Order: sequence, then C-alpha cells, then structure tokens
Amino acid sequence: MLKDITIGQYFPGDSIIHRLDPRFKIVITLIYILMLFAGDSIICLGVGAVFTLFAIILSKIPLKMFLKSIKPLLPFLVLTAVFNLVFVKSGEVIFEWKFIEITDEAVSISIFMFVRIILLIMGSSLLTYTTSPITLTDAIERLLSPLKKLKLPVHELAMMMSIALRFIPTLIEETEKIMSAQKARGAEIDSGSFMTRARNMVAILVPLFISSFRRADELATAMECRCYRGGEGRTRLRQLRSAPRDYIALAVSLVFYGVNIAVGIIVK
Amino acid sequence: MAILETQELTYIYSEGSPFQKTAVDNVNLKIDEGEMVGVMGHTGSGKSTLIQHFNGLLKPTSGRVLLDGEDIWADKKKIRDVRFKVGLVFQYPEYQIFEETVYKDIAFGPKNMGLDEAEIKRRILETAHDLGLKEELLERSPFELSGGQKRRVAIAGVMAMNPRVLILDEPTAGLDPAGRDKILGHIKKYHERTKNTILIVSHSMEDIAGFADRILVMNKSKLFCYDETEKVFARAEEISKIGLDVPQVTKVFMKLKEQGLDFGKDVYTVEYAKKLLLKKLSERGGV
Repeated sequence: MLKDITIGQYFPGDSIIHRLDPRFKIVITLIYILMLFAGDSIICLGVGAVFTLFAIILSKIPLKMFLKSIKPLLPFLVLTAVFNLVFVKSGEVIFEWKFIEITDEAVSISIFMFVRIILLIMGSSLLTYTTSPITLTDAIERLLSPLKKLKLPVHELAMMMSIALRFIPTLIEETEKIMSAQKARGAEIDSGSFMTRARNMVAILVPLFISSFRRADELATAMECRCYRGGEGRTRLRQLRSAPRDYIALAVSLVFYGVNIAVGIIVK
Repeated sequence: MAILETQELTYIYSEGSPFQKTAVDNVNLKIDEGEMVGVMGHTGSGKSTLIQHFNGLLKPTSGRVLLDGEDIWADKKKIRDVRFKVGLVFQYPEYQIFEETVYKDIAFGPKNMGLDEAEIKRRILETAHDLGLKEELLERSPFELSGGQKRRVAIAGVMAMNPRVLILDEPTAGLDPAGRDKILGHIKKYHERTKNTILIVSHSMEDIAGFADRILVMNKSKLFCYDETEKVFARAEEISKIGLDVPQVTKVFMKLKEQGLDFGKDVYTVEYAKKLLLKKLSERGGV
C-alpha cells in the first residue's frame, strides 16, 4: 500500500524531456500552472490537456504512471467536486432533492475544477518523474540564488530539500519493516478497532522517529567528515548548461500560453 | 510429525510490473517439531522472504504453508493466531523497541495475545532469565541499554509469546564475536528449556554449525538442500561454490584432505577437530 506512493519519484530515462535543463523545466512547469489557473473556459483547459499529453508522449513514460500519481489524491478530488456541486448556487436548478439543489453551473464548475486539478498533478508529476531529485534541487538553488542578496539561506534550503527527497523511499521501506515486525508481535494495524489501531500506531511511530533521528545524526557526521560547511565557496561537479532545445521548449510552452490567453479573450 | 510444511510455495514480488521478481520458487519442505534448523543462503537468495511466509506476513503467490497440517490461509481471520504460534524476530530487532521500560516492551506481544497480568509477568521473568537480562534492567528504559542488551530485549519480546516455532533472522548480525556467542548460547538454552522448534537464519555456517539439527540452504530463490547437519557439511565444496562461507575449520580440513591427510569425516566444529587430531596423533604415538 505504501509502495503505491509515486509523488516525488524519479524514472530514469533519456527522452527529450529528461534532458531538458532542470531550470527551464521548473520555469515551464510554473508557466503551465499559471496557464491552468488563468484560463476559465473549458477550451483553455483543453489547450492545457493537449500540452500535457504532448509532453507526456515526449517523456516516454507510460501514461499509467501518471494515473497512478492521481490515485492517492482521488478522495480529495472527489470531495472538492462534491462540494462544488452542492454549494455553487448560481445558474439554473436542474436537480432537487430535499435541501440539496444542483445547478447547471455547479455541474460545469465541478467538472472544470476536477479536470484542472488532475492536469495540475499530472504536469507537476512530469517534472519530478523526469528530473532526478538532485538536479531538481540544484536547479531550485540556482533559480533562487538572487534571493541570497536578501540574506535568504538558499543553499541550505536546497540542501534540506534534497535530503528530504532522498530519504522518502528509505522512510517508506523502514516503515514497512517496522510494521511487519510489530505485526509479528500480534499488533493489529490493518484490522481491529479504531482505538487499538491508534495505540498500535505508537508502536510504529516511536521506532520510526528514533531511527530518523539516528539517521540524521549519522548523516550530519558523515557530511562533516567530508568537510561540508554550507554553500559558501562550494563549486559544482555538474554545471547546469542551457542548450538550444531548452529555449525551444520554453518558446513552445509560451506559444501554448499565448494561445490559451487568446482563446480566453475570444471566448469572452 | 511436521509442525511446519510448505507445498510448492512460490512468491513473486510486484507481479505484473516491470520489477517482477520470483523470490521463492517452488519450495517443498517439512520441519519437525522440536528441531533446531539453520537457514542459510546468500543475500537475495530468498531466505528472508521464505521465513515471512511461515507466520503469514506474506501470502504465497501460489502453493501452501501448513502449520500442524492446516493451511494457515484457510481462514484469513485466524492469521493473527498463526503469528502467536510462529514467532518471528526480524533482523536488527532492536529497532522495533518503543516502550518506556524494558518490561513494557517485552510485554507488548503477550498483551496482544490477551494474557492476564500474572501470566505476562511470569513469562517476562522467565524469558529475561533465559536471555541473561537481570531483573533490575526490566524497569529501565530500553534506550539506555547497550546494543547487545537491546537486541536481547527485542528477542525476549518475541520469546515471551512462547511461540511453538521461533524464527530468528540473523540474530547475530552486527555483533562482536563475544556478543554473538552470548546470544547463540542464550537461544540454545531457551531451546533446551522449552523444546520449541527454532529456525535460525544466518549466512555464516560458523554460527549454526555447532547446534543445528538440520540445515536448510536457499540459493537463487530455490531450495538448494535441506538435510541433517552432517550431510549438508559433507557437501561443503558445493556450498562454498554457491558463495556461502563454510566454517574455517572445515576449510582447513578440506585443504588437509587435498594434501593427502584424510580423516574420513567432515569437520565443522573446533571441538570435533581437536578430538580427531588428538586421536590421530595418539595413533602415531605422538602424544
């Protein structure tokens, strides 16, 4: 069950999308998110969907993986849709039952929101699926580096992020191990009443916390042993270099954005 | 009679995905009640996956696991009872400790079984004694103890459930030789007192050579052999070929045999080697 978590996962590959400069990928993803939220007609979303599909095909990652990334968030999606359905009161009432009134606008808004969030998840998954956590945080550090002038600890933030990302799979594995060990001692985790389950969660969380602290301590020592002193004066093994294809990708996404805005204006 | 039995047990990880891997491939075996069995195999040979089937933590992809002749998966609701009958101590079990005191931590398993306080106390004192944990230790926080002590507390947590089959996955991993001998000695003592069936997983024969009745060897997801200790050691050469360590003393005697000094027996403990050598020497009139 924990194995199904794909958020933040990376799928190594050699597609065009994989090879793009991560800084450009982040910027393009931000443009994409803006595009999704700026447009408010179905056609705008359609343009977004075409853009997503286009990028997914280029990435050569099976569509199944993207559907999998939506799965854990599905309950929230459904909940959002239901709320929109019930609480949007404008438009004509097309369905009535006791105190519930559903209008035609509510239906279109909830479908719209539903699709919008799905596109959002798929687009941002594409970023993490095709960019290794290390390059991703490298790029974030570079993009945020102007903020260093404002005394923001950009390098430290990026380092924290890459460590956090690096340890997600380790933590998942560890949790599974501890769960099995406590199950072997008769702890009810998947079954039993709510209270026993809550009590048994302690038996999992305490060891998990302890091992996380131990790991953090060991990592800190290991980093110090290699003379890590933060970002100042630190050079990089892999320099980020932009290539023509990065500018082309940026141009393509800007064109999509432009089309989207144009469509939005025309529809109005 | 066989207490544990597997029939054509097969387990496949992430079936249907590109990461699909057969971890246990068609394993048939019977473990008799009261035996001490050594389970050996390389990392990734499937031994850890195999033992997690014995207490129902993993469900076979195909095949069956029988406890006392009954399929443990016949009634899904009873799988928890199987875990009380077949106790499993994982590798590095000290990482599962979570209670404030040693006593409470050992009590976790017995409490889950629904035993009354008096019985829990009796069992804790008994297993603490078996494992050489002094009584004053029981009220201390387990996190203040030394590594070896923590390990013994964690093992006690499973032993106190008094399972009919106790499985230990690499109980000596990461310990120094003294700590290793200590733990193995305690397990042996527990075995003598309770006569419960015990399975010890190890990748080194040195650990189990001394006291296992039978040895089970896994190789590349398949059962390589499962036989009496002497018979398995008779195949020492094959075993070292699949990458497992045979005891050093066995290696010495294998070399001696190559050089023409054949004792006609397979040697796998230092004591036995000493006996043979002294006998040989006295035959020659040397001692």
